[in-house]
Amino acid sequence: MNNIKNFKWVLLGGIFLILSACSKKEEAAPEFVATNLAPFSVEFDNIVGERTFSINNTGSLYTNAGGEKFSISFLQYFISNIKVATASGQEYTVKQDDSYFLINGADKTTRFAKVNVPEGDYTRLTFTVGVDSLRSTMPVEKRTGILDPAYGGGHDSGGMYWGWQNGYIFFKFEGNSAVISDDQNGDPSGKKQFKYHIGGFGGYNAPTLNNLRTVTVDLKAAGIAKVRKDRQSNVHLFVDLMKVFNGKNAFSIAAHPNVMFGDFSANIANNLSEMFRHDHTEN
Amino acid sequence: MTLFLMGIFILACKKDMVLKDNPVIDGIGKFLGFQKPANFPEPVYNFANNKITKEGFELGRALFYEPRLSRNNTITCGSCHIQSSAFTQHGHDVSHGIDDRLGTRNSPPIMNLAWNKSFMWGGGIYDLDLQPIAPITTHEEMDEKLENVFNKLRQLPKYTEMFKRAFGTEEISTARFMKALSQFMLMCVSSNSKYDKVMRKEGNAVFTAEEQEGYTLFKQKCASCHSEPLFTDGAFRNNGLGPSPINDQGLYLATLISTDKYKFKVPSLRNLRYTAPYMHDGRFLSLGGVLEHYNSEVQATANLDPLLLQGDRRGIALTENDKTKLTAFLSTLNDEEFINNKLLSEQ
Repeated sequence: MNNIKNFKWVLLGGIFLILSACSKKEEAAPEFVATNLAPFSVEFDNIVGERTFSINNTGSLYTNAGGEKFSISFLQYFISNIKVATASGQEYTVKQDDSYFLINGADKTTRFAKVNVPEGDYTRLTFTVGVDSLRSTMPVEKRTGILDPAYGGGHDSGGMYWGWQNGYIFFKFEGNSAVISDDQNGDPSGKKQFKYHIGGFGGYNAPTLNNLRTVTVDLKAAGIAKVRKDRQSNVHLFVDLMKVFNGKNAFSIAAHPNVMFGDFSANIANNLSEMFRHDHTEN
Repeated sequence: MTLFLMGIFILACKKDMVLKDNPVIDGIGKFLGFQKPANFPEPVYNFANNKITKEGFELGRALFYEPRLSRNNTITCGSCHIQSSAFTQHGHDVSHGIDDRLGTRNSPPIMNLAWNKSFMWGGGIYDLDLQPIAPITTHEEMDEKLENVFNKLRQLPKYTEMFKRAFGTEEISTARFMKALSQFMLMCVSSNSKYDKVMRKEGNAVFTAEEQEGYTLFKQKCASCHSEPLFTDGAFRNNGLGPSPINDQGLYLATLISTDKYKFKVPSLRNLRYTAPYMHDGRFLSLGGVLEHYNSEVQATANLDPLLLQGDRRGIALTENDKTKLTAFLSTLNDEEFINNKLLSEQ
């Protein structure tokens, strides 16, 4: 008797849930009001080609398109200037002070960029990989939190600040590959390390190397973001690190084991914008 | 109109009055803050964003002479920027840092930085408040992490007290630390050489006949880059030095623009008596060596400054007589009060 009663309740509850789920889908987008803010997040889920991302994967190496096997020891990058747009063309740019995120491959809790945007249905997401030139030239008191030059320790650890140019490393990716030589063209320490420190905000007063890249993601195919106050809309992106090597400007680790502030870095910067792929949206 | 002109005169007089209040003498009793010398242009540093106070300056001075800024607590800013050498590292071609490591460039003077638009021989840094990060974190210099520096200072009541006096609370942050250091460095103003006194018509200061002839020559042959009264135009130029063994390409390393190859910042000519050796890599041990470089050794490297090309002749023609006179003039730019100013010394 009891069981049947319980079953009825479960059934009723189930029907109710289905109904409410349907009603959610049919619900019209609320009126766009710039001050009517609700939580929204973008998830930067790192992957490597067809595999999940892991740090120090020395027991199970990744292989790039050139057949070079490698492991990853460090990954960290800046995401900034998040912007969303509705199908009807209404745009919202997240307040600049709240729009800087440092994604650390070794710390899964850092994978979300959590912001507030007006309630609405968004079909397009835009962000910058790196720290824009405006912020890179700001006075020291504006450089706080993850932008503090003291953040993350020094250069050899998690630090992303480039003291010699007042700017930041946008994308720091390190690892090991047996293909790296032990001479000056490779890693003379014999550790067979590759280091990609990509930065360059375009110069203080004269235009110089600009490795900032803006990424625009069309959300229509894999699910638009329905941002409402009573839930958490999350755009789940895959960030494919294999594109660093296999993107439009494919290159070999053996030929370029160290790329920092130099002309070649622009090639890698172009590959970086290919890394981001929209998998789905959780509304 | 008359009123307006009178106003200017009054202002001008007032400035002169302030200048005569010499910080060396009066600084002990009362702190005068940053004083723009009457014969200097407006500074470029944004003082509105970092008002100089006695407490901030004193904190900056303590930090400048604080060995805890280096990894093993051995090196201070003052190690490579020695006041008696006009805040350079006298006798060292390239800077000599932690664990006896050597850098690749000559320690530049900490002098008149309020008028500087950029802060390294090879550019890259355009904000004085962010400059100290470079020497503190550089492997060959202090080789320390900022967070470690702050943590070391936080252990010392001396510093928590000083930060509180300067900024209101004991908090030690990147911004406060950097701004205090800037306050000290901005106060390192060298403006009391004989040249300055002649220009300001102070006392009975006049050039000797030789100095005056040297000054005339200087204006003809040197002043287009070493412009008065700072004796640098702040630009980056290739002055025709042969590339060094490490092939230091100067500004190019910071910009990657090929027309910047071999360009270095034009240094000031003030205080040359105390700042040998000369050039970005300290290759010339004497002023004689520098003058002969301009006379006969200028090389046609990429981006050689056009001012050093007169028709087919490279460099600046200088007779021995010219060199003697120029040297006499340049010696009027030495500022003994600056290198002896107790206010700027380790306390």
